[in-house]
Amino acid sequence: MKKKKRTVSYAKWGYIFILPFFITYFIFSLIPLADTVRYSFYEYYRSGIKEIGPNFVGMANYASLLKSDMLQYGANTLILWIIGFIPQIVIALVLACWFTDARLKIRGKQFFKVVIYLPNLIMASAFAMLFFALFSTSGPVNSILMSIGLIHTPIDFMGSVFGTRSLIGFMNFLMWFGNTTIMLIAAVNGISVEIFEACDLDGCNSIQRFLYITLPMIRPILAYTLITSIIGGLQMFDVPQILTNGQGNPDRSSMTLIMFLNNHLKSKNYGMAGALSVYLFIISAILCFIVYRMTNDSDPDGSKKAAKKAAREERRRRK
Amino acid sequence: MKPNKAKHFRSIFAHIVLIVLSFLCLFFFYILIVNATRSHAELQKGFSALPGTHFLDNLKNVAKDGSFPMIRGIVNSLIISASSAAICTYFSSLTAYGLYAYDFKMKKAAFTFIMAILVMPTQVTAMGFLRLITKMGMYDSWLPLIIPSIASPAVFYFMYSYLESSLPLSLVEAARIDGSGEFKTFNYIVLPIMKPAIAVQAIFTFVGSWNNYFVPALIIQSKNKMTVPILIATLRGADYMNFDMGKIYMMITVAIVPIIVIYLFLSKFIIAGVTLGGVKE
Repeated sequence: MKKKKRTVSYAKWGYIFILPFFITYFIFSLIPLADTVRYSFYEYYRSGIKEIGPNFVGMANYASLLKSDMLQYGANTLILWIIGFIPQIVIALVLACWFTDARLKIRGKQFFKVVIYLPNLIMASAFAMLFFALFSTSGPVNSILMSIGLIHTPIDFMGSVFGTRSLIGFMNFLMWFGNTTIMLIAAVNGISVEIFEACDLDGCNSIQRFLYITLPMIRPILAYTLITSIIGGLQMFDVPQILTNGQGNPDRSSMTLIMFLNNHLKSKNYGMAGALSVYLFIISAILCFIVYRMTNDSDPDGSKKAAKKAAREERRRRK
Repeated sequence: MKPNKAKHFRSIFAHIVLIVLSFLCLFFFYILIVNATRSHAELQKGFSALPGTHFLDNLKNVAKDGSFPMIRGIVNSLIISASSAAICTYFSSLTAYGLYAYDFKMKKAAFTFIMAILVMPTQVTAMGFLRLITKMGMYDSWLPLIIPSIASPAVFYFMYSYLESSLPLSLVEAARIDGSGEFKTFNYIVLPIMKPAIAVQAIFTFVGSWNNYFVPALIIQSKNKMTVPILIATLRGADYMNFDMGKIYMMITVAIVPIIVIYLFLSKFIIAGVTLGGVKE
């Protein structure tokens, strides 16, 4: 009875308190989304100082994007993401096991955590600029390699497809492995101690322990890390944009989808930018749906917990 | 004996890997800071592991450079990031409290909606956003960088989980009996309880906004309104080879060192914050 009364008398405050969020979201996200979708069906661009359109062209923008280099840029984004993600998840898993294994007696845990998390907070654009300076042909890295006699002529890291992509992947790895490690440590710490004790009594070694206990128990969090990392990868922008000065060189092999979108926005080709945004929106919506299912499943194995951490992580994950 | 030895070996191996990884994380920043203390001529001669004596000269050159107003950029970034952090945490707490403490018809729908957009990238609506703020006359101003942070689904979700674990509704009832208005209850009773969550999210929002590049680069045009990441990008686009390299390293240093300093002071707190929501339960 009492509860019911409360419902009646205070409901309006609930609406008042959530109103700012929804008004802001409506104005700054939903209206722009509708506008984006609308112009994706129009021919609308700038040629010199002349504005062409908007003329309705149906699905023409979508079709011409498919025929353009978009798929290549999508593949680039995927490759760059994989180069960064695979070492990131492997190292994070190994470190999480070490940090939580009391028998290993890791010293200075807090120090290592502080150090490996540091690159995550660094401005991605400044970090990319730093790498550009350090790895240039006359930069300190080449200078060090030459002075210790490893190479005789400077390596042109940013002149080769392999070099540029590796650098971008390496930067993404450095920026994210600490964050993933700390999340996985929390996940492993969430596993009940009794399970590990039982497994020790049965005489399993570290590898068995990892394969048959740890890995299955943290699977939900791993899946979460994977999905949010894909969303982060899809937004990859700052690092390749600054490192290659927006060109995606060599031969546009490091051009990502968001860099492509950025180019269309800068040249005010609204039709194409709209269609590209809609493609990205569809992929994001699918990924969002998976995340939604994960955060709202009532399974008790910790995926909700994972979602909370990953949600915060996601917000900070740079493009 | 044997398993003991193996364990010992594993422990040493683990420490070596950790040291190598830490070295990788710190090495580049070490070179950055060393190079920021050396003059252009010294840098041309090749790398040296020891710091030089031109730290103040480089700093002065950066401060005086009119084409890359770094100091101005840092002030701009500070204003934008601090405002974003303040309004983002305040309104996220308000939204979370509204959905947590009250029962109303649309409650479930509102919560479901926020959860559905939890990880939606802002870039997909960037085009419409750009057109909208141009129409609203906010192009080349800071407002479009600050106001949208009122609606931050991820911060909301963090605040909501925190409220679930630390705010007993009986406390709200008690405040009501004492005659406190709903808005007053939120400001004077709920907000103080949420301080730890607000502090963590304020730091992360601040850092996120400080580092943000994509949207500001689309919106800000005038030099005296630019934020640090845009200035770094213009630096990259400029005729880089003719630059004083000492100055370039110093510019990168002033862009990232403030965050490193904040981090070193608050590292324990920040790292605990990364996993706070989960541990609280």
